[in-house]
Amino acid sequence: MQLYLPIAEVSVNLILLLGLGTLVGMLSGMFGVGGGFLITPLLFFMGIPPAVAVATGANQIVASSVSGVMAHLKRRTVDLRMGVVLLAGGLVGSGFGVWVFNILKEQGQVDLLVRLAYVIFLGVIGGLMFIESVRALRRSKSGGGTRKKRHSHVWVHGLPFKMRFRASGLYISAIPPLMVGAAVGVLAAIMGVGGGFIMVPAMIYLLGMPTKVVIGTSLFQIIFVTAFTTLLHAVTTQTVDIILAVALIVGGVLGAQVGAVIGSKLRAEQLRILLAGLVLAVCFKLALDLFLTPEELFVIAEAG
Amino acid sequence: MRRLLVLMALLLAAALPARAAEDVVLDLSQDEVSISTNFDGSEILVYGAVKREDPIPEDSELDVVITVEGPFVPLTVYRKARVLGVWANTEAVEVDLAPSFYAIATSAPFEEVLSNVEDLRHHVSIPRAIRSVGAPVEVENAQVFTDAVIRIREAGGSYQLKEGSVSVREQTLFSARVQMPANLTEGTYRTRIFLTREGRVVGQLEREIAVRKIGLGRWLFNLAQGQPLIYGILAVVIALVAGWTASAVTQLLRS
Repeated sequence: MQLYLPIAEVSVNLILLLGLGTLVGMLSGMFGVGGGFLITPLLFFMGIPPAVAVATGANQIVASSVSGVMAHLKRRTVDLRMGVVLLAGGLVGSGFGVWVFNILKEQGQVDLLVRLAYVIFLGVIGGLMFIESVRALRRSKSGGGTRKKRHSHVWVHGLPFKMRFRASGLYISAIPPLMVGAAVGVLAAIMGVGGGFIMVPAMIYLLGMPTKVVIGTSLFQIIFVTAFTTLLHAVTTQTVDIILAVALIVGGVLGAQVGAVIGSKLRAEQLRILLAGLVLAVCFKLALDLFLTPEELFVIAEAG
Repeated sequence: MRRLLVLMALLLAAALPARAAEDVVLDLSQDEVSISTNFDGSEILVYGAVKREDPIPEDSELDVVITVEGPFVPLTVYRKARVLGVWANTEAVEVDLAPSFYAIATSAPFEEVLSNVEDLRHHVSIPRAIRSVGAPVEVENAQVFTDAVIRIREAGGSYQLKEGSVSVREQTLFSARVQMPANLTEGTYRTRIFLTREGRVVGQLEREIAVRKIGLGRWLFNLAQGQPLIYGILAVVIALVAGWTASAVTQLLRS
């Protein structure tokens, strides 16, 4: 069963697309990541032009995040106030990111930089999360009385413009969340992802938010940042393929519900170790492509 | 009597422009390819006959070359090289015009069917069909970049050379099937038929095949190009509604 995509101008297998959407939706529901870091490379492998894959990926993440956030809203695990602050930073970052992206695109280096960015970010974050969650697992197994204090007093807590985030149980400056939001916005636009896989650890380790609220809140922010990114791509490069997006969405929204149920049954440490393993695996695959001698040394890029 | 006169006049009219000894009469199984949302490639049957005044020349064999070419687009080709251990795009060459699709069907091995001189004149073979390469001075051997375009596109099925795929009967009737891949670009596809003898072109004809998107695909494509903001909003709204609906439905099912 083939499906012709009018914007991408390629024909792809519909079953494969639906399966991809479902897989990514499950991740979204379980971990609070949009799954863009998986969907974008997988769409490349299916022969969809990178520009279309990036823009349409953002569009799909809008839907899977909405679907995921509903489940979290119901369980009251979304810090709306924190979400709005993160979002304010995210929109600024996204606009800046698209600007940088277009400059790099003109020089033919966007592919390399996107891949490098993936390898570096996924490697560092995956590694950190893996070590941390292995430690946490060991602690809880060895009797678990001595858990680390959640609020260690670092420089983040000495900044002005303090705000109270009740759902997270935090009273911190608005500057760090704004910066986190902006950084994620930049990466979202450049790497074509929602940015959840970077924001989730940043919220836990940098802002000190409880893991329970982190997933819902990051999904909330991702909805708006990816919606904004979709609009920017549609207007500047006309690379959003609605047919492709709908196929991914249909699979994705179903997967997200399944994922949210699985996620609520697993323990937080197990969840994190799973996510860390996944992040490292994608990182490894991308690094291989960068360092191994490619079979074809030439690349065609259509001008205009 | 009058009928006979008309018939004779017609015959004369048909014969007059045919200064060339052999002419092509051609038809296509379809002169329009519609790309619908379940489009999965297409096959076009090119068939026709040779019209001639004189008896069939005995000293040489008639051969037929058929080409189908997609719209020409400028390309940039990058060559990768190791930079600090990482494979990066280093040199770039602009290929002025390369067809998005190019198929050649011949009735015998290409070198036998068409001489080099005729190939140069009519731009028939794949390397000749790609128009001049404007390489920057610092890039030596720009030819390898054009070769790369051909290699990559041949591997992807966009460029095809099918020798011996045109069947010719009694030096008069000919037919060939051309496979159009699923990843077709919209546009006007020029189809050329060459009749050759001993490598020389003795007759030639051109037709056009219109490749068009239809239905929903066409509407979306036009909206994306013409009203990008509305298209973008539509994309976001669809995503929002789909996401919300799905979660509402599952909530209902669960309670």
